[in-house]
Amino acid sequence: MNSLRKTLDKLKPHFTKGGKLSKLQSVFEGFESFMFVPDKVTGMGSHVRDPIDMKRTMIVVVVALLPALLFGAYNTGLQHFKAIGIETGILQNFWFGFLKILPLIIVSYVVGLGIEFTAAQIRGHEINEGFLVTGLLIPLVMPVDVPLWMLALATAFAVIIGKEIFGGSGMNILNPALTARAFLFFSYPGWMTGDKVWIAGLAKGQQVVDGFSGATPMALSAAYETERLPSFIEMFIGTIPGSVGETSTIAILLGALVLILTGIGSWKIMLGVFGGALGIGLLFNLIAVNPYMELPVYYHFVMGGFAFGAVFMATDPVSAAQTETGKWIYGLLIGGFSVIFRVLNPAYPEGVMLAILLMNVFAPLIDHYVIQANIRKRLKRAMVAMNN
Amino acid sequence: MAVSITLKKGLDLKISGKPEKIFAGDIDPAFYGVKPVDFPGLIPKICVKPGDRVSAGSSLFYNKMNTVIQFTSPVSGVVREVVRGDRRKLLEIVVEKKGNDFAEFEKISTENLNRETVREHLLKSGLWPAIRQRPYHIVANPDETPKSVFISGFDTSPLAPDYNFISYNSNGSFFRTGIAAIATLTEGRVNLVLNGKEQPPEILNGLRGVEVSYFSGPHPAGNVGVHIHHIDPVNKGEKVWCVNFQDVYAIGRLFEEGVYRPERIVALTGSEVLNPQYYRMLSGGSVAPMLNGNMKNGDLRYISGNVLTGSRIEPDGYLGYYDSQVTVIPEGNYHEFFGWASPGFRKFSFTKTFASALFPRKEYRFDTNYHGGERAFVITGHYEKVLPMDIYPMHLLKAILVEDIERMENLGIYEVAEEDFALCEFICPSKIEIQSIIRKGIDLMIREMN
Repeated sequence: MNSLRKTLDKLKPHFTKGGKLSKLQSVFEGFESFMFVPDKVTGMGSHVRDPIDMKRTMIVVVVALLPALLFGAYNTGLQHFKAIGIETGILQNFWFGFLKILPLIIVSYVVGLGIEFTAAQIRGHEINEGFLVTGLLIPLVMPVDVPLWMLALATAFAVIIGKEIFGGSGMNILNPALTARAFLFFSYPGWMTGDKVWIAGLAKGQQVVDGFSGATPMALSAAYETERLPSFIEMFIGTIPGSVGETSTIAILLGALVLILTGIGSWKIMLGVFGGALGIGLLFNLIAVNPYMELPVYYHFVMGGFAFGAVFMATDPVSAAQTETGKWIYGLLIGGFSVIFRVLNPAYPEGVMLAILLMNVFAPLIDHYVIQANIRKRLKRAMVAMNN
Repeated sequence: MAVSITLKKGLDLKISGKPEKIFAGDIDPAFYGVKPVDFPGLIPKICVKPGDRVSAGSSLFYNKMNTVIQFTSPVSGVVREVVRGDRRKLLEIVVEKKGNDFAEFEKISTENLNRETVREHLLKSGLWPAIRQRPYHIVANPDETPKSVFISGFDTSPLAPDYNFISYNSNGSFFRTGIAAIATLTEGRVNLVLNGKEQPPEILNGLRGVEVSYFSGPHPAGNVGVHIHHIDPVNKGEKVWCVNFQDVYAIGRLFEEGVYRPERIVALTGSEVLNPQYYRMLSGGSVAPMLNGNMKNGDLRYISGNVLTGSRIEPDGYLGYYDSQVTVIPEGNYHEFFGWASPGFRKFSFTKTFASALFPRKEYRFDTNYHGGERAFVITGHYEKVLPMDIYPMHLLKAILVEDIERMENLGIYEVAEEDFALCEFICPSKIEIQSIIRKGIDLMIREMN
């Protein structure tokens, strides 16, 4: 530790202004501050600072994602071997899935961080930590067999167009991970929908056992074949086909617990999303003119990317509403729109992604009205005071 | 009807070094420093030079923009040094104490107090700067009349002195006279806000002419800005004045004894103090005698005031004009290996992302490390949890950053001071200099509105 510190101190002059490698200053600082919290002390203002920083914040979200990631690895193996009709154990399933997912994670981080480092260097800023989370979210919302070049392209698009052109972490309008998914969804729909892409090996033409379909609950529902849906408990546990990290509601709820207990994720948004879906879902249950509308509303919570979107995507503080009242409205609308998109628009079986992206765009407007109410209250108070 | 308000938002730092309720005695330093930097927005004009003799209550400098506002020496003696900083900014005027001369002011009994005499006395004696105004939290303009006056009777900031203990060791008659004098300055009410969780102090016995309210809750429940916001909020064009608790005594003394003697009972606090306790001294006095032999070893940060809003001083520096607390904590100039990934048993955090969250009662040794690098605003909803005001902190900060005057006004810039945002700065995961931004916004408003 000490020798490492000494090496860094020795190298540092080369990377500062005037040094041989000053063009790589941000990269060096990024690595240095990753290993050692800087020795910078407070100057003006508060003399003490909370030990939390962006790195800690982001790492908490990564920890919250771990249950979903681990279960995703297991489920990838499980679905694969089920499809080709081989009996396997938990470890074998997990190992198969792990080897499938690892390249996705590596590609996502290498491409994304590469761009982040470059952008930070161009601006002369320190490196933002936002991508630590985005880089893990992207593989988790992809079909496991997505080609790596496609993933790389989507990641690059999300980071450059979704984030960096607005000024980097904290300035973006859309959730970067969902931007990546939406990019693939519209550019390569063949790889993002259908019955084959969700299970490793199927898209490459591997033989399946008779009677195995690979259809996701979303696809079944959209086709009004709700009687073929897996049981609620199966979907809740997550042993169903779907994107890598989205299938297990229970793993996602564990993550939600971490986010809420640490105070990093907004429980208001999460609850809002579930509440909104509940409201619209019950309304559909009342109308009930087709099998999808008749589907018990709580099925929506465990199907597709709903829970994952509510817990990890909608709560992204940068693209969400920023006022506390606004967060309720934002969450409720996402939940409501998710169910509407799912049930009323069969062209897009999954509505959560689009609902969140749509509300990302509207979040500033929601905040605007919330803040206007505060402004009006203040002006009214001033008027009353003036008249007295 | 006494108002009683319980606030939920806020945060009490679990910081070690709380002062024991022991009165350690009077301190009589040889040197005193009066610091123009204690008064934000002030453009000082110095009127002494090194070698000049001054008496207690005679002018050292005045406000160039409003020349009647004098800043005077707390003791009699000789001007030793005029300390200047960058671009000749006036930092400190140091007076060596010699003799015991007081500039004499007429004694006035409570019945004969009126606005004009009170105003004149306060301006001449150097006690006027003890009166600050909202908006802007700057020295009040003596030509204006406030709609009300606020005095906070308790301090909730980290390791703050206990005002009940202070009032127990001070002359209650001065306080009553002080209140009577202050009451002449407003046509509205004089509000005294007390801690709703504690037995009211004895000074209340026989106190007339004040409206008493009770606030309770975590810091900043004792901040005068929070009290004003909830009881009599400042609208555009309105003025509310506020006076620090111990200055009320000094004001009373001026009228009872005819002298300027800004006495303070000061709490010496912080984890690096061997015996944190209370001392009596004059405003502006050197803190060296109090610290001598009472410090732990190491690289230390000396603060006049509390850890959130105080100003950094040298170990032989001077007590700030508005301060009644000195805090000493360790410096944090070290590299921590993977500090952001450590479990954090010894790190107090507002968020529950460190293991320390498991031990809510423990007290921690805080240092001055930043614990991270500055970033853009990312996390939302945290500032609101420590700001018990109906204000959108992040949006106000952003309005200041883009210098949008109208929006700042709409979002409540008139109601805030940097001290109200100190906790936001403490908890900020993006390490943004929030108090500086607020002051920058206030400075901008002052420039634009005059």
